[in-house]
Amino acid sequence: MSYNKEAEKFIDGKFKELIREKSTFRDELTYIVDKDSIIDILKFLYEDEQFEYNFLTDLTATDWPERDERHEVVYLLYSFKDNTRLRFKVRLKEGEKLQTATVIWDSANWLEREVYDLFGVYFEGHPDLTRILTPDDFEGHPLRRDYSLTYEIPQFSYNKDEPPEVI
Amino acid sequence: MGLEDKIPDGIILTTLEKMVNWSRKSSMWPFGFGLACCAIEMMSTFMAHFDLARFGMEVMRPSPRQADLMIVSGRVSNKMAPVVKRLYEQMPNPKWVISMGACASTGGVFNNYAILQGVDRIIPVDMYIPGCPPRPQQLIDGIVKLHEKVKHEKLKQPVEKGKKK
Amino acid sequence: METKHMTLNMGPQHPATHGVLRVKLTLDGERVVEAYPVIGYLHTGIEKTAESKLYHKVVPLTDRMDYLAPMSNNLGYCLAVEKLLDLEIPAKAQWARVCLAELTRINSHLVWIGTHAIDIGAMSMALYGFRERESILHIYELVSGQRMMSSYFRIGGLSKDLPENFNEEVQKVLDMLPSRIREYEDLLTNNRIWRNRTVGVGVLSREEALKSSITGPMLRACGVKHDLRKAIPYSSYDKFDFDIPTRTGEDVFSRYEVRVEEMYQSIKIAQQAIDGMPEGAWEAKAPGIVSPPKEKILHEMEALIFHFKIVTEGFHPPEGETYVGIESPKGEIGFYIVSDGSPKPHRMRVRPPSFINLASLNKICKGGLLSDVIANIGSVDIVLGEVDR
Repeated sequence: MSYNKEAEKFIDGKFKELIREKSTFRDELTYIVDKDSIIDILKFLYEDEQFEYNFLTDLTATDWPERDERHEVVYLLYSFKDNTRLRFKVRLKEGEKLQTATVIWDSANWLEREVYDLFGVYFEGHPDLTRILTPDDFEGHPLRRDYSLTYEIPQFSYNKDEPPEVI
Repeated sequence: MGLEDKIPDGIILTTLEKMVNWSRKSSMWPFGFGLACCAIEMMSTFMAHFDLARFGMEVMRPSPRQADLMIVSGRVSNKMAPVVKRLYEQMPNPKWVISMGACASTGGVFNNYAILQGVDRIIPVDMYIPGCPPRPQQLIDGIVKLHEKVKHEKLKQPVEKGKKK
Repeated sequence: METKHMTLNMGPQHPATHGVLRVKLTLDGERVVEAYPVIGYLHTGIEKTAESKLYHKVVPLTDRMDYLAPMSNNLGYCLAVEKLLDLEIPAKAQWARVCLAELTRINSHLVWIGTHAIDIGAMSMALYGFRERESILHIYELVSGQRMMSSYFRIGGLSKDLPENFNEEVQKVLDMLPSRIREYEDLLTNNRIWRNRTVGVGVLSREEALKSSITGPMLRACGVKHDLRKAIPYSSYDKFDFDIPTRTGEDVFSRYEVRVEEMYQSIKIAQQAIDGMPEGAWEAKAPGIVSPPKEKILHEMEALIFHFKIVTEGFHPPEGETYVGIESPKGEIGFYIVSDGSPKPHRMRVRPPSFINLASLNKICKGGLLSDVIANIGSVDIVLGEVDR
């Protein structure tokens, strides 16, 4: 499952100024692009008829609290034409907002809500940006690396009289 | 429930007690709601191969108002916990609870922010069944043991000792 | 006449929602104006928990996501980590994985057909579906000792060798299944009630499905011939001969037909897998990553030390990120693993097929009747453990 070399050449040429980094690992092609231009790139690829990267497989995020731009929002595209994938990433600082992808795909609705719920990344223009998995009154964003797992010490016979300790 | 309240103090019930307990035990109506993986094993228990109808329990009630046994089958998340408690409160007395599986009993492998570490923190539990998920035979064993417990319950329970009433 | 819309709450403990799904329905008489699913009642924090576990200790967590197809989840996760490590898996393990993954597909579809039919009013289908499922669970138990949460696939191969009578036992199941599935078809396909409740109900057009990133049988019921087993073959699926069933009805009935047809195809693949099961090793040769066989651990000092080190310290994969998507019974389940070089994943993301398919529930239900909402939820084939993770 290698990536499409022609598509790589095409994107390298077309979006030269917008690409900040490019990497390949285990035959997977990843672009890191400017946060303001991501929707334009995705829209272009959606309408493009040469490579047809018009299927949003996944939209998720990763968190790197030690970095200045801590959030990475990941878009994974798929082309039915030649069965290859393409990954785009955007780096965001804490509190920075990103344009919503719901204008292109309907599936981005819930996926962005999930990223908002679990990472606290805001999407501008999203029709219904509310918590989806955690309870409505939940505080914090659990999938951030600095959010603790809240492990509770189980009670055995030797510590049965002590109240459970939450780490 | 009705009967116990109407009996004046100083009256001991023996044969009636046995009969009432026997009928309660023999036609227990479980509340048909499932939570997670254990719910699938619970369904297997009710279906053809294991056939819980042999123990007078073939009918699952979709409404808590008509049920007297709640099988908490699976992990209870913090979002679901208020719902489970509400459902328990909606069930008429006398009622029993089986905590099925490791997750419902202790939180299981999921010791984290999302999962309630044991359903006994919100509702009283009569029978714990270990396993992840327990085999249908284990669930049947738990139910038979619960029947045994119901058989020996007192109709007139002291308020401070018993959880019911 | 001026009318008001009524809001009706369904769930989260409704028996026909296949778990703890809650749907807020806005009704105009008996027509559905909006169906708004509320999820998260089974949110387990699996992705967060995985970040605090060593790589091979995540395998049991993946079982508990889509608990109707545990082996598919195992397979997806193991493939993603193996890609990260660049491991080569021996042929026997690959064949065994294919065979068991296909049995898992049948297992999942049997539960689906039972619960879906019981929702629409065919009570006996549930009894039949669960009866046949027991024989597949028997195979699970045979190979791993557990009925449901088998965790049989491990990073680098299998957890132990296939038992001696594996082929015979699987053969028995495969001989029994086709006639039983034909029985279901006799019961349902031309049944007037079944047809009235499913044909033309819950239509999701091909364009809408692609826009909503629908995968799996739902997409194939819209006429898109897409199956990752053919498109991006993994675990030697390219060496097997099978077809991708598609329908163009775009409705609940087409989804039913696709899934039933898929069961026949799965039987075909599993048959090929046991017929051509290669001999040889069942786990990769990768010291430091794959535990030595159990017999060696019990008798040899070095093997025990290796095993101990793997269990307590784990292994250090290279920095990088991989995504592997496989065709689970519900659609494309993908595992996106980000490694920072430490023995625990920095991030383990699951692309949940049920979650993404369920997001289109509003489109399917809109304008339909209230009673069809049940049929629609059933036809999406959701497992809440995977939707909420």
